[in-house]
Amino acid sequence: MRRAFIIGLCFLGMLVAIVVAPFIGSTPIDFGRVFSGDVALADNVDAQIFLIARLPRALAAALVGGTLAAAGVVFQGLLRNPLATPYTLGVSAGASLGAMIAITFGAGWQVGGVASASLVGAILAVLVVYALATAQHRGISTTVLLLAGVTLNAFFSALILFVQYISDFSQTFRALRWLMGDLDVASYGPILAALPLVVVAFLGFAWLARPLNLLTLGPEAAGARGVNVELAQRIAFFTASLATGAAVSVGGPIGFVGIIVPHLVRLLVGADHRVVLPASTFFGAAFLVACDAIARTVLAPIELPVGIITAMIGGPFFLWLLVRKS
Amino acid sequence: MMHGVRHGARFAIAIVVTILAITSLRGMDLPRDLAPSAVVSQAPKRIVSLVPAVTEMLFAAGAGNEVVGVSNFDKFPPEAATRPSVGALIDPDFERILSLKPDLVIVYGSQTDLLARLERAKIPVFNYRHAGLADITVTLRNLGARIGRGKESDAVAAGIERDIDAIRKRVAGRPRPKTALVFEREPGTLRSIYVSAGVGFMHDMLEVAGGTDAFQDVQRQSLQASTEVFLARAPEVIIEVLSTGGWTADRLARERQVWQALTSVPAVRSGRVYLIADARLAIPGPRVAAAIALIADVLHPKSTKP
Repeated sequence: MRRAFIIGLCFLGMLVAIVVAPFIGSTPIDFGRVFSGDVALADNVDAQIFLIARLPRALAAALVGGTLAAAGVVFQGLLRNPLATPYTLGVSAGASLGAMIAITFGAGWQVGGVASASLVGAILAVLVVYALATAQHRGISTTVLLLAGVTLNAFFSALILFVQYISDFSQTFRALRWLMGDLDVASYGPILAALPLVVVAFLGFAWLARPLNLLTLGPEAAGARGVNVELAQRIAFFTASLATGAAVSVGGPIGFVGIIVPHLVRLLVGADHRVVLPASTFFGAAFLVACDAIARTVLAPIELPVGIITAMIGGPFFLWLLVRKS
Repeated sequence: MMHGVRHGARFAIAIVVTILAITSLRGMDLPRDLAPSAVVSQAPKRIVSLVPAVTEMLFAAGAGNEVVGVSNFDKFPPEAATRPSVGALIDPDFERILSLKPDLVIVYGSQTDLLARLERAKIPVFNYRHAGLADITVTLRNLGARIGRGKESDAVAAGIERDIDAIRKRVAGRPRPKTALVFEREPGTLRSIYVSAGVGFMHDMLEVAGGTDAFQDVQRQSLQASTEVFLARAPEVIIEVLSTGGWTADRLARERQVWQALTSVPAVRSGRVYLIADARLAIPGPRVAAAIALIADVLHPKSTKP
């Protein structure tokens, strides 16, 4: 009962955040005019600010925040490591490399932009890590997974630096800006493009809640209790990775959402994934919507990259968590 | 032309962004170049320029033959591109510079490491700083005095001032449309829009050309304009300075079409969205008046009399 209440509370928080966020912004707008049917949308600045600038942004923040938080929960469960994030296994580094390549060399590309290139990069990284982690074993070795991911992260980072070094200044600047995260999607297109992958991933997450609970006891113990460990690990790895790739393609590699939200939620509700997963999703969505609202108003008309806000809140929290653990 | 100008354009645009950060940290003045001791007994015979805008100035002042090394981004005049390149803002190749035996090296004020090494090697430097439109002719005249071509560079500077005045006169008294000068955007989307703001070379060009900068109240050289800010500022004209290469008519049309999503912006409604692919718009050098004329022609077409 208490668990349902907490999940419901987080869901309500997300709804409130999404509904309230479009009413906050750097520009005062006339909300009467926004919803008035008398003025055609084409002529209605207030409605356009509300519907083209703010609402897609709030939705993108919710999608990205919820996805990263849930992926964080799954990765922490899969790797049995509280410090795992959605970016630990190299997905974001692969996505970033794809985006860097698109920014540097993609000016004349006929199809696909930065978003699709980052998604391709993420998927390639996922496949490489998976191939490495399964090369020596019948199932997934989480140890190899972790090592391969961390190494691949470093390797991709080197490639990112290389691409940046051979690009020129305006490209380097754009690339750097992309890495800070940006949710100003300016249309519903990027959200809709990411949605199918995210929906599929969340179906996987729903199935994973119980196996993840048992996997925290260790693969052997989980297997003894009837969990198909190999299958659960595979599903966890692929769904969380692809969800992360989709989220990063929308908003860039926004940091810390995927680690602080799961831990905060666990502090509130305990470790049961059947509660932690949905609660983290809703809480993560609300958290990023709020961070983005801060990012776009605090220095208006200058806009702060949302990744800076999440890092400024998340960094100290993460350190506190580290100290508390030891 | 297009390919040739592309790197220069991007380079100069990026400088606008980079210098912003650097100057705010360092203060604007580096005394070395302004010191009276900079008076040289002899005009330099072997000049290395790491600054494309200054390379253009050197050639315009008739000192092209003395230029023995240029930056990786120098493409104009075409003759400049034939000189050995010695790196650029972040990666100057000190050994290559030394091997050219220069008696004057033109550097950015922010290249402090390079400045220190050149000082140790006792090689004279000319310290370039990027600022507003008025600084172009100031730089030209200082440079002329330094290289013993005061008369020639003064003539070039006076020519620029004359051309700029002529543009001012031409647009004087005409309505000054609120204009967004966009110099960066993620292709195919309305994300990562960067505009010129209240100070700097691009802002000054727009003002001379008879426009009102839609972001003039922001005291920065550039600003990332979110969709909301862009809609709220409601520019009457959008001029997009293109810094990427390969602009076919088809691609230009496609990128122009992207703006159609913002129907409430007056510029979009009235069709006053212009994409100009021209490197001169991004290089604060001797061709700046021609660049301003490009903007003025768009804002105030010659055919329509007021």
